[in-house]
Amino acid sequence: MTQHNNNTLVDVKYLSKLYPVGQGVFRRADTFVHAVSKLNLQIKRGESVGLVGESGCGKTTTGKLLTRLIEPTEGSIEMHTDEGLVDIAHLRGKEMKTFRRRVQMIFQDPYESMNPRLTVYDTVAEPLDVQGIGTIPEREANVTDLLETVGLTPASSFLFRYPHELSGGQRQRVAIARALIINPDFVVADEPTSMLDVSVRTGVMNLMQNLADRFGVTYLYITHDLAVARYMCDRIAVMYLGKIIEICATEELLHYPKHPYTKALISAVPVPDPTYTRESIKIKGGISKPINPEPRCRFFDRCPMATKVCESNDHPPLEDKGSEHYVACHLV
Amino acid sequence: MTNTDNVLEVKDLTMHYMTRKGPVYAVDGVNFHVGRGEAIGLVGESGCGKTSIAISLLKLLPDNARIHKGEIRLNGIDVVPLTNKEMNKHRWKVISMVFQAAMNSMNPVYTIEEQILEAMRQHTPHLTEKEMNEKVDFLFDLVGLDPAFKDQYPHQYSGGMRQRAVIAMALSCDPDIIIADEPTTALDVIVQDQLLKQIREIQEQLDMAMIYISHDIAVIAEVSQRVGVMYAGKLVEMASSEAIFHQPIHPYTMGLMSSFPSIVGEKNELVIIPGEPPDLLSPPPGCRFHPRCPYASEICHEQEPEFKTHDGNHLAACWHPGGER
Amino acid sequence: MTSITASPETGYTPLWRVRLNLLKRGLKANWATFAENPIGLFGLGVIIFFGLFALAHPILMNTVWQPRIYDPVNGFDIEIAYHPSPPSARHLLGTDPLGRDVLSQLMFSTRYEFALGLISAIVTVVIATTIGAVSAYYGGIIDTLIMRFVDLVIMVPFLPILIVMSALMPVGMLELALVIGILSGFGGTAIVIKSQALTVKVKPFIEAARIAGGGDFHIIFKHMVPNLLPIALLYMMFVVTGAIFSEAVLSYFGLTEISMSWGLMINITQVFGYILRFDTWYLLIPASMSITLLCAAFYLVGRALDEVVNPRLRQR
Repeated sequence: MTQHNNNTLVDVKYLSKLYPVGQGVFRRADTFVHAVSKLNLQIKRGESVGLVGESGCGKTTTGKLLTRLIEPTEGSIEMHTDEGLVDIAHLRGKEMKTFRRRVQMIFQDPYESMNPRLTVYDTVAEPLDVQGIGTIPEREANVTDLLETVGLTPASSFLFRYPHELSGGQRQRVAIARALIINPDFVVADEPTSMLDVSVRTGVMNLMQNLADRFGVTYLYITHDLAVARYMCDRIAVMYLGKIIEICATEELLHYPKHPYTKALISAVPVPDPTYTRESIKIKGGISKPINPEPRCRFFDRCPMATKVCESNDHPPLEDKGSEHYVACHLV
Repeated sequence: MTNTDNVLEVKDLTMHYMTRKGPVYAVDGVNFHVGRGEAIGLVGESGCGKTSIAISLLKLLPDNARIHKGEIRLNGIDVVPLTNKEMNKHRWKVISMVFQAAMNSMNPVYTIEEQILEAMRQHTPHLTEKEMNEKVDFLFDLVGLDPAFKDQYPHQYSGGMRQRAVIAMALSCDPDIIIADEPTTALDVIVQDQLLKQIREIQEQLDMAMIYISHDIAVIAEVSQRVGVMYAGKLVEMASSEAIFHQPIHPYTMGLMSSFPSIVGEKNELVIIPGEPPDLLSPPPGCRFHPRCPYASEICHEQEPEFKTHDGNHLAACWHPGGER
Repeated sequence: MTSITASPETGYTPLWRVRLNLLKRGLKANWATFAENPIGLFGLGVIIFFGLFALAHPILMNTVWQPRIYDPVNGFDIEIAYHPSPPSARHLLGTDPLGRDVLSQLMFSTRYEFALGLISAIVTVVIATTIGAVSAYYGGIIDTLIMRFVDLVIMVPFLPILIVMSALMPVGMLELALVIGILSGFGGTAIVIKSQALTVKVKPFIEAARIAGGGDFHIIFKHMVPNLLPIALLYMMFVVTGAIFSEAVLSYFGLTEISMSWGLMINITQVFGYILRFDTWYLLIPASMSITLLCAAFYLVGRALDEVVNPRLRQR
């Protein structure tokens, strides 16, 4: 899957994160959890890519790898910047700090992602403060503007409130403001609306889309909710046990899924229409941890279509099965 | 008028929590009934009162909460005036509950089997040990768990399995009605789907009434025959599932139904309901939804609309049902 | 409220003033919570009483009392025949075996008790917060080393160490305060603060700070420590209690080089053989009551602070 053009912003190659199991101070580990396994992904400038999957599939880990909250075990994450290609997987020190201006994150829990002892101003201005951008009056003006943009008006009344004085939706807007204040190129949003009330969720989702258009921000939207992904994303990547098993344009994925897991996943999503009859595809077993996985398709033990081919070969590579619809399956 | 076909009848139920700043009426004048074997859904956002109703029905109120007025008739008997001891005869045997995140609040030092047996020993002591053990096996089958694993501890079960175990516990004394408060919220999509199917089968097999509480209207659509919509402590609309989803009357319901993304059908524009749910310490006068309602008028500011029948079995509390002026 | 515009003419409120206002508002809210607890108010009342008590002494010495008679260390009342003497019009709590006014001694010592308590508490909090935060933040080998050191400090018996120390060097108020502060700081308090720091470390806002570009120093001192201060403040109260009490014990045994303290008052009583006599109750009771009351007062304030500190950390 190598198709570079000037439009690519982030190019992830063979990204892996392995966690050792049963390691002691004097014992080396031989068992590893393959949380993310040789992941390949290209994200174009300005697009919104959704990363969906169930718990344990590695989507949150991928998000943390892309923002360098954790270090990859192997692989590279290349970002196309004005200074050329930068591999952010192995940055250190001062370069890391500069990189932090380009990639930001929006967290799931609106309350826990804000320091309860800091005001809204402090929280939103923190990136500016740490990176040494602007004088204090300039920062205040910046923050005020951005608060208005995210819908917290009048900004002056929100500027010095504490997190516990805000509602869930308001807190998440503050989180969005904080992510955007230093004009990043790329924002990873980790389930930003799953802890919000339904009527508030829509507003925040709309806001994120408007801001994406306005500021030209590229999103990686991590979620377990396919319905939300449909509304927020141009392309969706489905993850299973540390690997992307399918990725293509949103509507294409939802109407013509090719991978058996994707099909099962889509068929299991409840539909808010009592007159709609849904036939869900049965797959056996439950999600397990990818510990020292066997060299075969990761979905083999649960797949309703599994055959000998799937067992005797290694996990299938992601391949274009026609019009940019990539699937990792031997049988497609 | 008490209809003996109804397992549960709730009349004008009002319940408040006493806080430092005054009473908060989390449930205010709620009326509804549940027929035998019927599955109803209660949907609403956080703070709307749906969990408060659930704990009121079982009279498992915390110290600072009180049922202010109203009736709760279980099989015709009003349980509001009962003492805790008297209520115990009804809990688990007539009405039972699966709490929110119950799967995380099981006792970690007892096996699953032990916990179910304990519930039975307390509430159905007339059964012999042998009968109880057979019952446990039956319950495990019913919820889709392998009885061979009944002597394991909660931490050895996965999330979905624990949730099934909790449901088995709630069913152990053959209640007439079971309340499930967000039973699938913490589960993955595929597990949730399996569990919902199981719950529907159980309900049919036992002809048991059910109140399913959730903020997820998609899940509610799939399990309920009738749906009640709650807002700020009030029941604002109640009708059959089809009517609620396709012909909602109350503007809040209308907004809610249009603000849910769905993966089937056309990709529609999502409706945004402006504002926030009100502070229950000082709710807005008149209709509680009026500050956020696109159809609000004079009368909505001043007078609370009555929860009444609009069309057959379709009830709503609104001065401008369907948005008409 | 505050208008934020860059130009001074249109009412720009500087940031520091805004922060000051916020601080005042926060203190008011916390006070309201604290004041609901009668235990806390009682404790605070006792502390204020002793505070005034301490302040009254220099005033009295400069006005009503004649230094020659009422000086707590060197005074001597010639006009009374036999010392110690019971409470009288001249000496409200009597005189001690060396002819000094008991009330004067009591009042004079109070300031040192406060100073001792305060210095120990501050030293403890600074040390415990720093090593607790660093230990929690870095984990690994740094954590192990620090925690093992803390274990060693806890294992060391507190009073015997002080006793040994007193044999090696003269132990005055300041030395005592520092030693108590250091031993407490590297002791149990560090563990409590570290465990609190661990809960803070895993919060998403720490990750957010890191993503903003914050380095270790920034995260530890701008995010973790402010969230640890409430619980540190709480434990400060208990340190004060311990410090006052330890000083009393050491002075009782005559191991300190302090000119006058409540413990020393009891020591004098014991040395002269008046300790178990009912008729010289005024030599023992006021001093021991003061120790008990002040220690208890700080402890009670600590307990009441617990309510202020904890719910806020959990509030949503």
